[in-house]
Amino acid sequence: MSRHYWHKALAIAGKDLRAELRSRELLSVMGLFALLSLLVFSFALELDRAAREEALSAVLWVTILFTCMLGLQRSLKPELEQGTMDALLLAPGARSALYTGKLLSNALLTGLLCLCLLPLMTLLYGMNMLDLRLLGTALLGTVAFCGIGTLLAALTAQTRASEALLPIAMLPVSLPILLTAVRASKGILNGSNDWQAWLQFLLAITLLYLTLCILLFPSIVEE
Amino acid sequence: MAGERGLIDVQGLGKRFGYRHALQGLDFTVQRGERLWLLGANGSGKSTLLRLLCGLSKPSSGSIYIGGWQLPREAHALRRQVGLVAHRPMLYDKLTARENLAFFGRLYGLDSQECTRRSRALLQQLGLQKRADSLVASFSRGLCQRLSIARALLHEPDLLLLDEPYSGLDQAASEALDELLAAANRAGCTILLSTHQLERQPQALPRALVLERGRIRSDGSLSSVEAQAQLRAVPA
Repeated sequence: MSRHYWHKALAIAGKDLRAELRSRELLSVMGLFALLSLLVFSFALELDRAAREEALSAVLWVTILFTCMLGLQRSLKPELEQGTMDALLLAPGARSALYTGKLLSNALLTGLLCLCLLPLMTLLYGMNMLDLRLLGTALLGTVAFCGIGTLLAALTAQTRASEALLPIAMLPVSLPILLTAVRASKGILNGSNDWQAWLQFLLAITLLYLTLCILLFPSIVEE
Repeated sequence: MAGERGLIDVQGLGKRFGYRHALQGLDFTVQRGERLWLLGANGSGKSTLLRLLCGLSKPSSGSIYIGGWQLPREAHALRRQVGLVAHRPMLYDKLTARENLAFFGRLYGLDSQECTRRSRALLQQLGLQKRADSLVASFSRGLCQRLSIARALLHEPDLLLLDEPYSGLDQAASEALDELLAAANRAGCTILLSTHQLERQPQALPRALVLERGRIRSDGSLSSVEAQAQLRAVPA
């Protein structure tokens, strides 16, 4: 990956973040959705404290996954609607830099929400979730979800029913990420030693997915 | 290589969408520095041809060579040299005019000082300097079109493809565009300009390619009157 590749990817990520910070459309929708999800889970698990503690890492990851999907739906769709996708495809350099740029902006926005989720869950569920290992796992899982999601968003954005198709396409492919991330988080929260093995597994899946996505993206965005 | 074949060399080009033939059996050559008008009614295949020539679309049959590079297989080698003004302005409405140009300048690897200099000059030439820091979302159709032209010219392309560039432009902006195109052409830029409105065109078109239902109806110089007559006679 050349200097121009990163230059292009960072330009795309910077453009997305600048536009988002200006409008705050996506951040507010994703933030509100994450908050409501946590509240719903909190009420649903209110009666059984043991079950609530047991389900805490699952709640965290389901919330991250659904929030991520919500953001991804608005990641590439506007580029197609406004015709700017053509301008991006016409730009010199590797087309996978477009994927990398989109991944960076998606992961940064969702990662920002992850930073807020952990203290919020600590407040709502009465269990300390402010752990750097947990935060690291959450950020890695977010990159993995955004990695596969950005590719699938590009694939489904060209269809009429993209809002429905993205979750249908993404949920099965996200299962390995979800399972390993839940296991790693549970290990961290319970204080067991197997979390490191699950985290390594999550890292391996993330790298595999990212490599595949970078290779596949150019052929997906071609006519 | 390009000198022998012409900058653009199109042979037997066809494009099909399902069962509908948008373009069929197109053969033509464009020399470096030439200015070619693409004429035709709505739906005659002008936009499809321009998309094929910039590598955004794949031909169903035939071949396209630009500067010796075969499209779309080797389109990556050409992208830096091509500028496109399409139907849609291809701009970000949550960014200002200046930010849009800075973004596209970065995509094309322009040095930031050079990009600022060119952006300022283009914004001024197209009468956008007072709106340079306004969000594109607040722009009218004509202002978007002006900025779209600035975007296409920013990296000083060798080949400029313009799809109905005068649409939405007022008299002053149309004149500014004429001047910009003439300057680019003098600097060696090859220009393909599609239109179905000939009010803005000079008395005689040095070379016009008239499309009719995806086929070439005529290729050569036309007087303004002849061109108008051709257009009236051409059904979509």
